[in-house]
Amino acid sequence: MTPRDEEELAAMVRAAAGPLRVQGGGTKADMLRPVRAAAVLSTAAMSGITLYSPSELVLRARAGTRLAEIESVLAAHGQQIIAEPPRFFGPAQTIGGVVASNISGPRRIGGGAMRDHVLGVRAVNGSGEILNFGGRVLKNVTGLDLAKLLTGSFGTLAVMTEVTLKVLPAAEAVGTVVVPAADARAAVEVMAAGLGSPFSVSGAAYLPRDARAYLRIEDFAESVAYRCAKLAGGVAGAEILGGEESKALWAGIRDCAALPPGEAVWRVSVRPSAGPGVLRDVAFAGVSGFMDWGGGLLWLSGPATRAAHEAVCAAARGGAGVWWLMRGPEALRAAVEVIPPEAPALAALRRRMTAKFDPRGIFNPLKMWAA
Amino acid sequence: MRAMKQLDPKPEILARRGEIIAGLLRILPKRAVIAEAVSLKPYETDALTAYRQVPLAVVLPEDEGQVVDILKFCAAEGVRVIPRGAGTSLSGGALPLADSVVVGLMRMNRILEVNYPDRYAVVQPGVTNIGITRAVADAGYFYAPDPSSQLACMVGGNVGMNSGGAHCLKYGVTANNLLGLRLVTMAGEVLELGGTHCDAAGYDWLGLVTGSEGQLGILTEVTVRILRAPEGARAMLAGFASNEVAGECVAAIIASGIIPVALEFMDRPAIHACEAFAHAGYPLEAQALLIIEVEGSEDEQDATLRRLREICERFAPVSMRVARTDEESAAIWKGRKGAFGAVGRISPDYLCMDGVIPTSRLGEVLRRIEEMSEDYGLKVANIFHAGDGNLHPLIMYDANEPSSFARAERFGAEILTLCVEAGGCLTGEHGVGVEKRELMRVQFSPGELEQMRAVKDVFDPHWLLNPAKVFPL
Ligand SMILES: Cc1cc2nc3c(=O)[nH]c(=O)nc-3n(C[C@H](O)[C@H](O)[C@H](O)COP(=O)(O)OP(=O)(O)OC[C@H]3O[C@@H](n4cnc5c(N)ncnc54)[C@H](O)[C@@H]3O)c2cc1C
Repeated sequence: MTPRDEEELAAMVRAAAGPLRVQGGGTKADMLRPVRAAAVLSTAAMSGITLYSPSELVLRARAGTRLAEIESVLAAHGQQIIAEPPRFFGPAQTIGGVVASNISGPRRIGGGAMRDHVLGVRAVNGSGEILNFGGRVLKNVTGLDLAKLLTGSFGTLAVMTEVTLKVLPAAEAVGTVVVPAADARAAVEVMAAGLGSPFSVSGAAYLPRDARAYLRIEDFAESVAYRCAKLAGGVAGAEILGGEESKALWAGIRDCAALPPGEAVWRVSVRPSAGPGVLRDVAFAGVSGFMDWGGGLLWLSGPATRAAHEAVCAAARGGAGVWWLMRGPEALRAAVEVIPPEAPALAALRRRMTAKFDPRGIFNPLKMWAA
Repeated sequence: MRAMKQLDPKPEILARRGEIIAGLLRILPKRAVIAEAVSLKPYETDALTAYRQVPLAVVLPEDEGQVVDILKFCAAEGVRVIPRGAGTSLSGGALPLADSVVVGLMRMNRILEVNYPDRYAVVQPGVTNIGITRAVADAGYFYAPDPSSQLACMVGGNVGMNSGGAHCLKYGVTANNLLGLRLVTMAGEVLELGGTHCDAAGYDWLGLVTGSEGQLGILTEVTVRILRAPEGARAMLAGFASNEVAGECVAAIIASGIIPVALEFMDRPAIHACEAFAHAGYPLEAQALLIIEVEGSEDEQDATLRRLREICERFAPVSMRVARTDEESAAIWKGRKGAFGAVGRISPDYLCMDGVIPTSRLGEVLRRIEEMSEDYGLKVANIFHAGDGNLHPLIMYDANEPSSFARAERFGAEILTLCVEAGGCLTGEHGVGVEKRELMRVQFSPGELEQMRAVKDVFDPHWLLNPAKVFPL
C-alpha cells in the first residue's frame, strides 16, 4: 500500500485487517527484528518539502521525502540537517525513516541527535486518527512531548506522515586535526582532550585501520584555522587536514565506509571511556570496527552468528551501554535480542504504551522486541 | 481573585487528614513531614502567585527509598501528590490542591558524581541549576541551560519544565543536555531511563519525561551533560527604529550563517523599564533593542562582532555598542537580566507570558499585542528570545484592583491564542501548568489531547500525580 496522502493513509490503517510492515524507502528492513506482515504500508509516495524558511531554521517535509532531496535543497541555501544522518542505508532513505530510527552521525556529539531537532510530527495512530504533535517553532514545551516519543520508535506506535526539523547553517569551513594513536585507549584520551577543550569539536573519531584519531572543527575559516592550530599545538605527530580532505574523511566515518560489506553490523553506544573496552571484548568473536562520538559510539561488524551477537551484547553491557543489530540475516535477527531488553517494570509500561497508540498491534509488530 | 476553577478536593481525603499524616509519619522521619498550618504556608504557591492553596501536608524526602515509600503510601490511600522543586514555576506547575501531599525534593541536593573524561554529572533533583555549574566551574566546565531563575530553581524542576535560558539558541534546552534519569512512578517502581551514554535503544522515555511537568513520576536522579566553557564571550547591543526593523535584522543575522550564543530582543517599554532600574545605558530613543553575545578567543569574538556590526548597520541602527571587556558585557546584560525586577518596580504585579512564534511574524504579533494592550487598558513590556521566537510579554496589573487580574488573564490568553494562530505554540519554556491548561484546546485537537491523556494513563492510571495541570479539566 502506498497512499498518496495522509487521509488515504489513515483510511488504509482503519481498513487494515492485520499487521502492516510500516516503511519509507524500506532501507532499514534488515535492521532490528524482521516484521511478519501480510501487507506493506509505505510512505514513499507521500513526498515533498512543504515548508522551508531558512531564516527561521525550519524545514518541514512529508515523511516519504528522500533524505538526499532534503539535503540538496538545504545545501543550496547553505544549511544542513544538524545530526548528520549516515547514508549507510543507501539512497532510498526517507526523512520519515531517518526520524523513526533516530540514527545520527558524527555531529551528534556536540550538535545533538535527530531527536533533538525534531520540532514536530504529524502521524496516524493505530486507530487511523491523524494527530499533530509539536510544531514548527524552535522552542515548545506545550503538553507531553509525543514527537520525541515517536522519534526512534521505528514505526511501532504510529505512522509518521510529515516531520518538521530544526536546521542550521552549514559551517563556512571545516578542518581536521589528525593525531596518531597506538590503540583505542590512546585514541580516547586524544578525543577526550579535544572534546574537553574550549574549541567546540564537532566530530571525534578513531579508525583502528589508520591508527589515528580525528578531531573536526566546523566554523568560519579563521576560527577553523585558529582552533585546529590550538588543538594540534604540542601534540606529537599531529597534522591538520584542510576542507576537501576533511569532508571526504567525515563522510566516510558518517557512512561507515570502513565496514566490510556482507558481514553483520552492530552499533553500540556507551560512555566514551568505555569504548576501548567494547572493542577489546568483541575481538575474540571476530568482531571489529571503529569509534565515533569520542569513543562513545562503536560501529562493529563480524560474522552473522549468535555467538558474535552475544559477544557484542556482553561488551555493551560491560560498558553500561546499549546495542542495535543494524544489519544481519533474517534468521539471526529473529532469534536474538536486537536491542537490549528492558527491565520488567519498563517493559510492562512499554506494552501499555504501545496499546494506547496501536490498540490492535498492527504497526511493525515485534520490530524492536520479541514480546 | 482566582479566575480559574480548580479541581474539587476529595472530601473523604480531607476527612482523613489526621490519619494520612500519621501514616506519613510511620514511613518517614519526623523532620521530613510538615503538617502545621504556619509551616505549610510557604508551599501554598509557586511563582504564579495569583493562585494559592495550602496543601494537606508537605513531605521532604531525603533519599529515593523515601520517595518510593511516599508514593506507594499515597497510591494505596488514593492521595494526590504534587512534586515540587524550588517552586519557581511561572505557570503554577507546583500549585498544591487542598487534598494533596506536596513532595518537596529540596533535601535531595547532593552532587553524586562528576566525570570529566566522559563529560557528565549525576545529581539529585534538589541541586540548584547554578549548583551544577559551580561544582564544575573550577575545571573550566559548565551546565548549559541557564534559566534566569538559576540561583533558585532546581534540576528536578528544570527537567519537569524542560527549561531553557538565554543561551539555548546555541546550547539547547534541558532536554538536549540530559543523558539519564531515575524516575519513581506512582506505583512506587523505580525506572532507569537512559544512562551515561547517548541515545536510547528503545523508546525515548528520557525525552518523554522531560517537560512532563510532574505528570509521570518523581525524578530522583538526573545525569546531565557538562560542557567545557569557551575561551571567552562578549556582548553587543543595537537599537532600532522599529520592532519590524529589529526583526529583519535578526533574520539577516541568522541568514548570514552566524548563530550567536544569545540573541535577545526588548521592545520600547521593556527598554525603558530596564534602563530606569539598572542604568545599563540602553538607548531610550530606540523602539527595539537587540543584545547579541558571541563566544571564542578574543580574535574570534572580534571577527564575529565585526560581521554582526556590519549586518546591524544595514538596518540603520539608532545606536550600537560593542563591549570591549567583560565588564562592558556585563553592563549590557545587566538591564536584561534584571528585567523581571524592573517591571516589578513599575507595576505592583505582572504576569509573564511565554508564547512562541515563527520569528518572521514578530512585527505583526507585536503590533497586535500593542492594540490589545490598549483594549484591555493594561501595559505590557515584551522581552523576546529572538533567535528562537520565544516571546515573554510581561502584562502589568494591580492585584488590589479586582478586575485587573481577570483582565490580565484574558489579555494573556488572547496573546497566546495569537501565538498559536501565527503558527507558534502556547509555551516555549515555562510549561502549561494550571495557567495555560484550558488553552490547550486552542493548540491541540480533541484526538491529540486524548492521545496525551492516554500516555499519562500509562504511568498514572488513577491520575494522582500533579492533577489539574497540563490537561484541560
Ligand atoms: C524570576 C524567574 C525567572 C525565570 N526564568 C526562566 C527562564 O529564563 N527560563 C525558563 O525556562 N524558566 C524560567 N523560570 C521558570 C522556572 O524557574 C522554571 O520553570 C524552573 O525550571 C522551575 O524549577 P523549580 O525547581 O522551581 O520547580 P518547581 O516550580 O518546583 O516545579 C516545576 C514543575 O516540575 C515539577 N517537578 C519539580 N521537581 C520534580 C521532580 N523531582 N520530579 C518530578 N517533577 C518535578 C513540578 O511538579 C512542577 O510541575 C523563571 C522563573 C522566575 C520566577
